[in-house]
Amino acid sequence: MSFELPKLNYSYSALEPYIDAQTVEVHYSKHHQGYTNNLNNAVGGSELEGKTIEEILNGVSAQSVAVRNNGGGFYNHNLYWDVLTPGGANRPEGDLLKAIENDFGSFDQFVDNFAKAAATRFGSGWAWLVKQGDKLVVSSTPNQDNPLMDVADVQGTPVLGIDVWEHAYYLKYQNRRPEYINAFMQAVNWDIVNDYYKK
Amino acid sequence: MKFELPKLPYALDALKPIISEQTLNFHYGKHHQAYVNNLNNLVAGTEFENADLETIVKKAEGGIFNNGAQVWNHTFYFFQFAVAPKAIPEGKLLAAIEAKWESFDAFKEAFSKAAATLFGSGWAWLVKTDAGDLDIVQTSNAGNPMRDGLTPLMTCDVWEHAYYLDKQNVRPAYIADFWKIIDWKVIEERF
Ligand SMILES: [Fe+2]
Ligand SMILES: [Fe+2]
Repeated sequence: MSFELPKLNYSYSALEPYIDAQTVEVHYSKHHQGYTNNLNNAVGGSELEGKTIEEILNGVSAQSVAVRNNGGGFYNHNLYWDVLTPGGANRPEGDLLKAIENDFGSFDQFVDNFAKAAATRFGSGWAWLVKQGDKLVVSSTPNQDNPLMDVADVQGTPVLGIDVWEHAYYLKYQNRRPEYINAFMQAVNWDIVNDYYKK
Repeated sequence: MKFELPKLPYALDALKPIISEQTLNFHYGKHHQAYVNNLNNLVAGTEFENADLETIVKKAEGGIFNNGAQVWNHTFYFFQFAVAPKAIPEGKLLAAIEAKWESFDAFKEAFSKAAATLFGSGWAWLVKTDAGDLDIVQTSNAGNPMRDGLTPLMTCDVWEHAYYLDKQNVRPAYIADFWKIIDWKVIEERF
């Protein structure tokens, strides 16, 4: 068994004007595909073959840097494209909204915290909304690390992730990362975030 | 003391088509400038307020280090390029390169590999050790070899902002082009 690049359920231009078609195309068909290929090369023929990506990441401290970087890159981008699927609620509802209000005070306060984590991550990385038991927290990780990894400072289940590698926004936003973060927040499909929250 | 963005020894369209004017507009005019501005804001009222840049690169931590080292690294990077560069090293520097890597081509291959394989944002460096030998090192994010007692001679910025507008995901194409604008006269002087 090998890992497969998940099909993108929408066209490259479907995230306009928030994320431009060229960025989606290169990001998905080159970067994400590259992580997928490299992950398969790193896992092929090893004792990791047949394990789920979650299992691999949970124990990544014992693995090579290639497994960590490409396994993270594969998983993180799967989540990223999924939560950006066009349509769905543009704000959290129900239990997820309650949990956000409970743990951050309000949805707006959560957005502030999340945007700040994304804006201040120096270099390449990700910011996360993480489920820790019945609690939600915001964190960020360098490069392709994520909260599933046993090497992460803040561990838990990611329910929302924003890629702040420059490749995620440079063609449209260049040095203006905060504008990209703002656009990303407007494109999030909260029905899908809710699915991850309920898992 | 206020840190200032140094004026470049060439026009922003001078390195095209290797590095586009648009890339330099952002890389020098926005990123490098922002590191200078951030550094000035951050050092105010700290022990580094009157420190020189090299001291900050060697001793500071956190935001002061990140922005200070990025100011130093970018100045070092931009000043090694020229419109009519000296294409290959000579003399003592060439001898030192051949002593370490056998040939100039083998060195280029090793350096290109270091630049291509640095995962995430960072820099590849040609450095001189205390003993006077040469070596290649990689640093993440704002990392700088002076913190490990090494003397930088040449650097390749592999943050995606250095090449994304021109080459997108194809970092190796940026690195292959990088050699065409390196002025070995500058690197010889640093050596
Ligand atoms: Fe990405
Ligand atoms: Fe740079």
